[in-house]
Amino acid sequence: MNSTLLVNILRFILLLAVQIVIFNNMTFLGFIMPLPYMLFIILYPVNSNKSGLLFSSFLLGIIMDLFCNSGGIHATACVILAYYRPYLFKFAFGVSYEYQTIKLNEALTPERFSFILLAVVIHHFTMFILEAFQVSFILDILIRTLLSTVFTIISCIIIIYLIKPNKR
Amino acid sequence: MQQIFNFLFKNSNRLLFLLLLCVSLLLTIQSHSYHKSRVISSANFLTGGVYEKINNVTEYLNLKTENDALALENARLKSIIFNTKDTTTIKKPENLKGVAPEDIVVSKVIHNSYNTLENFLTLNSGSKEGVKADMGVINSLGIVGIIDRTSPNYSTVISILNLKSRINAKVKKSNHFGSLSWNGKSTGFVQLVDVPRLASIRKGDTIVTGGQSVIFPENINIGTIDKYYYEEETNYYVIDVKLFNDMTNLGHVYIIKSKDRDEVSNLEKTSKKDE
Repeated sequence: MNSTLLVNILRFILLLAVQIVIFNNMTFLGFIMPLPYMLFIILYPVNSNKSGLLFSSFLLGIIMDLFCNSGGIHATACVILAYYRPYLFKFAFGVSYEYQTIKLNEALTPERFSFILLAVVIHHFTMFILEAFQVSFILDILIRTLLSTVFTIISCIIIIYLIKPNKR
Repeated sequence: MQQIFNFLFKNSNRLLFLLLLCVSLLLTIQSHSYHKSRVISSANFLTGGVYEKINNVTEYLNLKTENDALALENARLKSIIFNTKDTTTIKKPENLKGVAPEDIVVSKVIHNSYNTLENFLTLNSGSKEGVKADMGVINSLGIVGIIDRTSPNYSTVISILNLKSRINAKVKKSNHFGSLSWNGKSTGFVQLVDVPRLASIRKGDTIVTGGQSVIFPENINIGTIDKYYYEEETNYYVIDVKLFNDMTNLGHVYIIKSKDRDEVSNLEKTSKKDE
């Protein structure tokens, strides 16, 4: 438990650092930005403290907002993703997910991929809606969500399967 | 009461979620209104410090483009400096007799040759400022030459250090005329020839421009007599004149427009026709 906490804190800091230093400067076509920092929420241990996840997600988002000058859009998206994460698990891995040992940082199965995909889409869609903050931009929001999702998933998978943060 | 606590414990996650959602939404909404300053911004100690560190690193990656930009900027500024005629700092000479201040063009030597036998200067004033061929060029110390050709913005000057140059000059105190030319030997000396032997001259006498020329006004300094000797065949003096000007070091010059020149030359033409 203690080592999990330590690993998560380390992951929190490292992902934020990588996001701010590297990925915030990587913009494709001027508006598509991969956001692999949300990997923290995806990789958070399945059965551990839910309020802890909510709170740390909020902290993660608010720090991103600090660096991006974006008010609270990252925080909102992160909190929403953290709250709906159990439902995504249920959808991707079946009802009895709590009794399985789900490890996301292993071979890419369809279940894991669908989970990551849904998580990224929810996060990005929320974020871009709040960023635009107008219904008339809905087409723009959808395009941004789609393209950014592709790039975020690519960067997430690269980070998961090349670096393998913790091999327990 | 017990039920309320039960409810709170049961739904603690949901309540925490709602609380955090409210806070973050509030921040989002606040950031979208222009009138309020943002609570969450990158202008604070933490983010500012981190961004400064990042910038320290990325600065190095951009050094090349930064250098290119600076080089471009330098080139632009230099072109401004080189193309500016700083005429505001140069006053027109006012003590020239018979020349109105508006007939003087202040100009700058942008090219100066003095190491060949036929030397020319280039000035950065041209026909746009009314410079025409055969105008006199002087500076504060003495004469420099005569305008040869002009373009809209530039003009060339036949330097007095040119074998072709012939300028009317005289000994200041005795008014004996001669013709000023150059023998091509030294940049500091020119020769005044055709001074009649009658003239009483001494070493150190001042040579000035003569009134016969319509190019220069009378009494503009040229130099002092350094040495003189007779030419046996012609019985005329040849005088070595030490120039007041250092012809190898010229900055600003004045171009003199002579009003009388056309009048005089027309008059001379008509009188020649009559002969």
